[in-house]
Amino acid sequence: MNLTLRVWRQKSSASAGQFVTYDAHDISPDMSFLEMIDVVNDRLIKKGEEQIAFDHDCREGICGMCSLVINGTPHGPLQTTTCQLHMRSFKDGETITIEPWRAGPFPVLRDLVVDRSAFDRIIQSGGYVSVSTGGAPDGNAIPVPKADADRAFDAATCIGCGACVAACKNASAMLFVSAKVSHLSLLPQGRVEEERRALQMVAKMDEEGFGNCTNTGSCEAACPKGISLDNIARMNRIYAKALIKNSVG
Amino acid sequence: MSITLDSKIPSGPVPSKWSRYRQDMKLVNPANKRKFNVIVVGTGLAGASAAATLGELGYQVKAFCFQDSPRRAHSIAAQGGINAAKNYRNDGDSIYRLFYDTIKGGDFRAREANVHRLAEVSVNIIDQCVAQGVPFAREYSGLLDNRSFGGAQVSRTFYARGQTGQQLLIGAYQALERQIAAGTVEMHARTELLDIVLVDGHARGIITRNLVTGKIEAYAAAAVVLATGGYGNVFYLSTNAKGCNVTATWRAHKKGALFANPCYTQIHPTCIPVSGDHQSKLTLMSESLRNDGRVWVPKRLEDCGKPASSIAESDRDYYLERKYPSYGNLAPRDIASRAAKQVCDDGRGVGPGGRGVYLDFADSIRRLGENKIRERYGNLFDMYRQITGENAYQQPMRMYPAIHYTMGGLWVDYELMSNVPGLFVIGEANFSDHGANRLGASALMQGLADGYFVLPQTIGGYFAASKNGEVSVDRPEFRQAIEDVETRINKLLSINGKKTVTEFHRELGKLMWDDVGMARTKDSLQQALKRIPELRNEFWENVNVLGGGLELNQALEQAGRVADFLEFGELLAYDAMQREESCGGHFREEYQTEDGEALRNDGEYAFVSAWEHKGVDQFPVLHKEPLVYEEVKMAQRSYK
Amino acid sequence: MAASVQNLQKRSSAGLLLQLWHSSLGKKYIMAVTGLGLYLFVIIHMVGNLQIFMGAEKLNAYAALLKSNAGVLWGARIGLLAIVGLHITSALQLAGINRKARPVGYAAGKPVASTFAQRTILLSGLIILAFILFHLAHYTLGLVDPSLLALQDGTGRHDVYRMVQQGFSNPLVSIFYIVAMGLLLLHLSHGVSSLFQSLGLRSKKTVGVFDKLAKGSALLLFLGNSAIVIAVLFGLIK
Repeated sequence: MNLTLRVWRQKSSASAGQFVTYDAHDISPDMSFLEMIDVVNDRLIKKGEEQIAFDHDCREGICGMCSLVINGTPHGPLQTTTCQLHMRSFKDGETITIEPWRAGPFPVLRDLVVDRSAFDRIIQSGGYVSVSTGGAPDGNAIPVPKADADRAFDAATCIGCGACVAACKNASAMLFVSAKVSHLSLLPQGRVEEERRALQMVAKMDEEGFGNCTNTGSCEAACPKGISLDNIARMNRIYAKALIKNSVG
Repeated sequence: MSITLDSKIPSGPVPSKWSRYRQDMKLVNPANKRKFNVIVVGTGLAGASAAATLGELGYQVKAFCFQDSPRRAHSIAAQGGINAAKNYRNDGDSIYRLFYDTIKGGDFRAREANVHRLAEVSVNIIDQCVAQGVPFAREYSGLLDNRSFGGAQVSRTFYARGQTGQQLLIGAYQALERQIAAGTVEMHARTELLDIVLVDGHARGIITRNLVTGKIEAYAAAAVVLATGGYGNVFYLSTNAKGCNVTATWRAHKKGALFANPCYTQIHPTCIPVSGDHQSKLTLMSESLRNDGRVWVPKRLEDCGKPASSIAESDRDYYLERKYPSYGNLAPRDIASRAAKQVCDDGRGVGPGGRGVYLDFADSIRRLGENKIRERYGNLFDMYRQITGENAYQQPMRMYPAIHYTMGGLWVDYELMSNVPGLFVIGEANFSDHGANRLGASALMQGLADGYFVLPQTIGGYFAASKNGEVSVDRPEFRQAIEDVETRINKLLSINGKKTVTEFHRELGKLMWDDVGMARTKDSLQQALKRIPELRNEFWENVNVLGGGLELNQALEQAGRVADFLEFGELLAYDAMQREESCGGHFREEYQTEDGEALRNDGEYAFVSAWEHKGVDQFPVLHKEPLVYEEVKMAQRSYK
Repeated sequence: MAASVQNLQKRSSAGLLLQLWHSSLGKKYIMAVTGLGLYLFVIIHMVGNLQIFMGAEKLNAYAALLKSNAGVLWGARIGLLAIVGLHITSALQLAGINRKARPVGYAAGKPVASTFAQRTILLSGLIILAFILFHLAHYTLGLVDPSLLALQDGTGRHDVYRMVQQGFSNPLVSIFYIVAMGLLLLHLSHGVSSLFQSLGLRSKKTVGVFDKLAKGSALLLFLGNSAIVIAVLFGLIK
């Protein structure tokens, strides 16, 4: 198939960027989206042009590193990661616009590569159980109802790619933060410090400059791992409880 | 310097070595711990757990990863599970049994004392991970669920659906982030190690490149820990992540660390085959598929291009069932892999490029119904469809083996320290625990055992005994290393040749796979040893790396890694050439039984091969660490 | 990190409200609670006004009752004003943060899986605010036509029935009212369901119920309020 790509090119975070149009001819429908860019890049190098920079690593949908907004949708038309999207999802002759994640807290580093370290800093603010190595009780000392363990797992499958932020009209990180708050609150090991955690992580999220949740559900629709909006509702509950306890208790 | 391999195995019976070691080891005064700087490179299961634990203990840690976040390391992609000798099932498991199974699975090429320690701490890993909030699968009782994995006779594998690696890594990542917040760990993401610095023979620092700004920086420390994973990408196509590379361990090797057993490479029989020249990586499909799928290829060459459905039953060759009647489609990984290679070499492979065999579910669907198959493997069939566009309920899947894990790595002693004092190596990057082959669900166990429980103890012993003072990055050793790194980068950027880095990598990969892959011969290895240096020379004359050094430049990153693979591949071939036997993940066609089984030579090859670097284009020197078995008796495996 | 928590704890002495005010989630609670208050108000407002279909006597008596106690009347008015003020201030502040959170927008394509009502909730809210101001000028302050407030019925009460009738006799005004009610429909069809999410009361299981409640009640509000205007326009209320 033959395609036209409109790709965001930007030399560095300090410089201005613009769209550049590339011709992507003889593309196999069996290529993954990233392999298609690999091919385009190899051809660019042959022509003496610098390759398009983009983040990627595992290429099997789990590391969360790949991150392209394809025709306005994070990770493209299927609810999966960009690395798992294949060219058969596109029509011959189509023009595809490729942009980086757009959010103030995710500055563009080059072309399609953005800095997502804000997510790491949010985790640093409380997205863990405060347990050090050694001294943990036997794994079976505290039974966890299967339903809770399953729901915790569902929240914990977040890959931290940032598609939720990229999709949200407000660039809100609520789905990401609430997935972590939910994952840990649903387990007895994490529930102990759930209030402190919720207060700290939300404060950090605000400080990093993410927008607010207006409950549109774009994040859930764009999430390659199907993280549910229920997690946001759960965090809203936990946070309310924490605020009240913090002020009266 | 002359090298003596001292594995520092504690005395006494194998089962009590680890407790004896801990009783005897020197401790670092808690108040002094913060005076010791530790560099940890790599933040997968081993690196993240080690950095977090060292931070908790009070050491000052600097952690490095080339990805944008420590959470991305490729441990995250492990699907199956993690072994632990908990014996929660009451099915006869024990530390000894896990130890024995691991030694046997490694084809008697692993060091007993290390493996026993691994089995001992396996139980602590599960406790630790549960306490961190890892959502392991549970039963309705609320207790942890287990399954049997990789043909083990006991159910000792803990799992979190098909994403165990992800959940364990996130647990370790969170522990690491907690220490970053506490100020004990300083994290450097998007930073790649480019060299190791030795001062007075001790590893005292590293040289890195900031992948965003391109700045070359030096970091000094009291010790350096490498947790930089395996070298599967020397084959270009593997199930590894695109960024996985040998650079850190290879740089250490060139600075004097011995590289052990590089020829032990594990092949996974069920991966989705290559669909064309554009292929950038291979995706593993769970081996459990072989429980209900039948493997076949057409009997006649002329049938290979036809749709599977048009090939009559009598024209199909169910070659695993034919060759291994008792195991059939469940033949061990390496046997199934080699059999697939053979039929494809015969020209009877299917799919694009003819490198694939069918894994057919038609019989099982007829027998059990489509719903039952969907229930068992639905997610895998979906994944297959997403990648290939084919519906495996209606037509057979296509499979081909791929490189999956590498058992070799830098040589380390019982304390996980390489022969270079102060240079520790953990996880897949070292060679120590899996011998010639790794059992399913043991990689995660080893990474976390090293990081949480072994290294944080043994490194203290090193600090307590060493007299190392602080070193400054202004020393000439650091300045020289920076200069070397910059020279190399400038060289890469100035070649301005005609071929892209990817083209060289792909060429190297094909050569390695064809000649040093799952079936090796003296001839094929000789050919590889001739071709690799040629390709390497061509690379340094004809590669085209655009852009500058002081910017985000992915082509430059890749070029540096491929340049190292071009040197490392040769060592792998030397090791395969030297080892004139077949064992585990190393198969020499000259050394097999009549049934195509690996034929070990315990009399002559029961040793660890540890290679010393003598310079590029120089023959490396082989050092041998004999493997002495006190606890178990060597035995030949049989899958008849 | 530690500092922000200490700030939170320090603020606790200044009270819950201040804490709410200073966090994004807290502000969402304020939006939700004030939104809920306004939602209940518009329902009561409509139910009261629908008495117009029961005749002038009933409506005028109801209006007189509302105004009979100055304390209650002004209490309610000030309360409503405060709620509206909080709702709008919070909305504008959140919108400011949201705009800053995406300094560069996307060049291509459609927004991901969000509805028109969701994306335009701030705009619909602002137009509704303009409408409220007009509505107050129109019927409460009599700025549009001062004679409307002077109307009296046979018993000397303010003739609200006639005021409404005369007030909607201008088709332009009536159309503006209907358009505004349409925007309110849009606003509430997302807002009402959303407020339950903000308060953490919505889940996959209940989202359908809340969505139906939001859309259904918004539609009823639209129909009920518009009915009054249309009835006047078509001469059904004389």
